[in-house]
Amino acid sequence: MMEWLAMGGYGFYVWASFALTFAVLALNLVLARARHQRIMNSLKASHADESAERPGGFREVTS
Amino acid sequence: MPWFLGLSVLLMVGGLYGGLVLAPADYQQGDAFRIIYVHVPAAYLSLLAYMVMAIASVIGLIWRMKLAHAVAASAAPIGASFTFLALATGSLWGKPMWGTWWQWADPRMLTELILLFLYFGFMTLRSNISERSRADRAGAVLAIVGVVNVVLVHYSVEWWASLHQGQTIANSDATMPASMLTPLLTMILAFSLFFGAVMLQRLRGEVLLREAGARWVRRLADGQVAERGKLT
Repeated sequence: MMEWLAMGGYGFYVWASFALTFAVLALNLVLARARHQRIMNSLKASHADESAERPGGFREVTS
Repeated sequence: MPWFLGLSVLLMVGGLYGGLVLAPADYQQGDAFRIIYVHVPAAYLSLLAYMVMAIASVIGLIWRMKLAHAVAASAAPIGASFTFLALATGSLWGKPMWGTWWQWADPRMLTELILLFLYFGFMTLRSNISERSRADRAGAVLAIVGVVNVVLVHYSVEWWASLHQGQTIANSDATMPASMLTPLLTMILAFSLFFGAVMLQRLRGEVLLREAGARWVRRLADGQVAERGKLT
């Protein structure tokens, strides 16, 4: 097990690559979901105050 | 979309097991070669995402199809993240193998870095133009011009002297044993499906934004309000 983790002396480079990769993949999912939620929320808000009735009256809430 | 994601995760687990446990160490590069299992899929997707973006841009410009521009806008941030990964894992591989994290004069590294800037440029340009149809068109032109760089990334290791090794998948001189190759192809497929899943998630939002005034979108927003009301 320890030998496997050491990766023949390249442990740092190998594990750093894999950790970074899966962190970025996870971040992709989180950001995509957050953005979708933000869009849904602003659609609800704009619909609620009827400003969406006017063409171009819709704005994405970016916060 | 959950299917894409589920299948992608399954393949990743399989690919990781094959690549990190089953595959033997490389006779030249030792265990450091295992970085290939994240580096090559990331690099491949960095180019594939760009081609999706560029082809969607062509379709959007010619047929004035809003959905195509939405696809281009959705692909960009994901492609940028894969480009960053290709550069970062390449660095982590280069340090022990070539003794350097980065080499400015290297054509493969330079063109991949330019790819990252093209993604950033595309996203910045879009977000700085408030009128959506103009942002679509300006972004599309930039994306299409940038295809030149994708060609350069691809051929950089053949046309110029590069530290970067040539490809070993479709190469008759340097073949990979199946125990090394199978996990690599599995990871490439897994990353592609992952890209598809995240892209569809982003595309849903993009389409909602563009159709904000449409009745079906309002009904959807309404439905969500009602649903939330029930829950709380």
